Amino acid sequence: MIIAERKPLEEIAAMAAPYKKICVLGCNTCVGVCMAGGEKEAAETASLLRIHRNKENQEGEVDVFSLERQCEFEFIDEVLERLKSYDLIISLACGVGVQTMVEHVPSLRVVPGLNTTSMGYPTEQGVWSERCLGCGDCVLHLTMGVCPITRCAKTLLNGPCGGSAEGLCEVGEDIPCAWQLIHDRLSSFSRLNDLNEIQPPKDWSTSHHGGPRTTVREDVRIDRGE
Amino acid sequence: MIAGSNLEKIVNSGNFVVTGELGPPKSSDITQLKHHAEEMKDHVDAYNITDNQTAIVRTSSIACGSTLVQMGLEPIIQITVRDRNRICIQADVLGAHALGIKNILCLSGDHQSFGNEPGSKGVYDIDSMQLLKGLQEMRDENRFMGGDEVEAPISYYLGAVSNPFADPFEYRVDRLEKKINAGASFIQTQCIFDLDRFEKWMELVRERGLHKKAAIMGGVTPIKSLGAARYMKNNVSGITIPDALIDRLKGAEKKKEEGLKICIETIKRLQEIEGVAGVHIMAIAWEEIVPEIVERSGLYPRPQV
Ligand code: SF4
Ligand code: SF4
Repeated sequence: MIIAERKPLEEIAAMAAPYKKICVLGCNTCVGVCMAGGEKEAAETASLLRIHRNKENQEGEVDVFSLERQCEFEFIDEVLERLKSYDLIISLACGVGVQTMVEHVPSLRVVPGLNTTSMGYPTEQGVWSERCLGCGDCVLHLTMGVCPITRCAKTLLNGPCGGSAEGLCEVGEDIPCAWQLIHDRLSSFSRLNDLNEIQPPKDWSTSHHGGPRTTVREDVRIDRGE
Repeated sequence: MIAGSNLEKIVNSGNFVVTGELGPPKSSDITQLKHHAEEMKDHVDAYNITDNQTAIVRTSSIACGSTLVQMGLEPIIQITVRDRNRICIQADVLGAHALGIKNILCLSGDHQSFGNEPGSKGVYDIDSMQLLKGLQEMRDENRFMGGDEVEAPISYYLGAVSNPFADPFEYRVDRLEKKINAGASFIQTQCIFDLDRFEKWMELVRERGLHKKAAIMGGVTPIKSLGAARYMKNNVSGITIPDALIDRLKGAEKKKEEGLKICIETIKRLQEIEGVAGVHIMAIAWEEIVPEIVERSGLYPRPQV
């Protein structure tokens, strides 16, 4: 899922300061599940913002509700008129949700209430860890299901660097070394020899380095012209 | 002979090689670096020039290397994959060759979060293995990494680093072999403080005959003070310092002399280990001590080949 965390309230309040009719808009999919921007967090954010604005003697009102998904037109369309009635929408969706809304309804003024961090999963209660960077050419079959693009701080493809110590990455004490994990998994499947093959430079053109990506599936497209 | 560098000639002659290390400054005033180069010029066969070491912005390795060439000395320029993509690295290698630089050492580089620009974007377009292989193919097959032709021949002596003290230990010799297969003719190791572990590693190296395929040079660093030892132990990635060594320094009256002694003992032991082709002395911030280390280790005068 997409993982995010709420921006500091001060930052949100500063974005909202010039506006009067404000809506905090939650999103109940990924960011709802990772407890950053779902219904509950949206209500919380709205009430904190109200208290803050009261203290600052700022006029206006802060409304709050949530969409099932801010990244799909259908869900936006259902509440279109309501959305248009606000001066400002503080979206608690990921960065994709914010952009879906402004592209679909250009007259809306939408600002992000979250910092979108990564794609990953909850590794324990209250901890979400990044697992995929969407590189566009998955190598997990070569690395026993551990992503070196995401989990190795240097995106190495040919084994651990000289900074790997006691299972940890040189970058931080709480970061496991991805290549130690890959090594251990290869070892447990008696496939350590795989590491001896020199992996060629990665073709990054399938990743964001090739420019913004669009995925087209002709077989499921609806021809709108005819 | 591949590139005909002094380093390569001494390796081929079978003499025990001695290389030094120069760290470019955080300014463009390289007077001090030139001074250190002069100071140890009769005592080392070539000088590593670090590439923005520990991710700190410094005068470029190739610029300093070029200065050394002009002084009639021999640089080994380090290239990390942290700051440059394959376009820039290959361009720099062409430039280095044009400037008369004949030795290149390939490495990953410390992560940018360690340095003075922690907010920078790490490049890591290729890894150190792909760098070695790419540069080998540029040299031997006249081919850039992307497949285009290198329009005039280019040559250099290629090296890599190896850290026998990193984990997983059992993988470290595999990795060394991989680097040799990728094109490394010489290998410099991380600083050796744990000689037992190093010897164990060398045993594995000899079992596979890797010491015959590449010149393995043990890395050493003279420790100036107890604080320096503790700092390295706790803060420098990839270095392990056994507690016994810290205790020995602690117990010594003259720490500096003790640190020196430890370094010299290490070099003498390295000369005894079968398959060790030389020593790489990294006396960063204590460069003036290198001649004394080399002399007291019985490695002076240097062979003329
Ligand atoms: S290899 Fe690429 S696609 Fe596969 S998990 Fe890693 S980043 Fe994601
Ligand atoms: S320590 Fe491991 S995870 Fe960290 S950069 Fe090195 S190989 Fe990658």
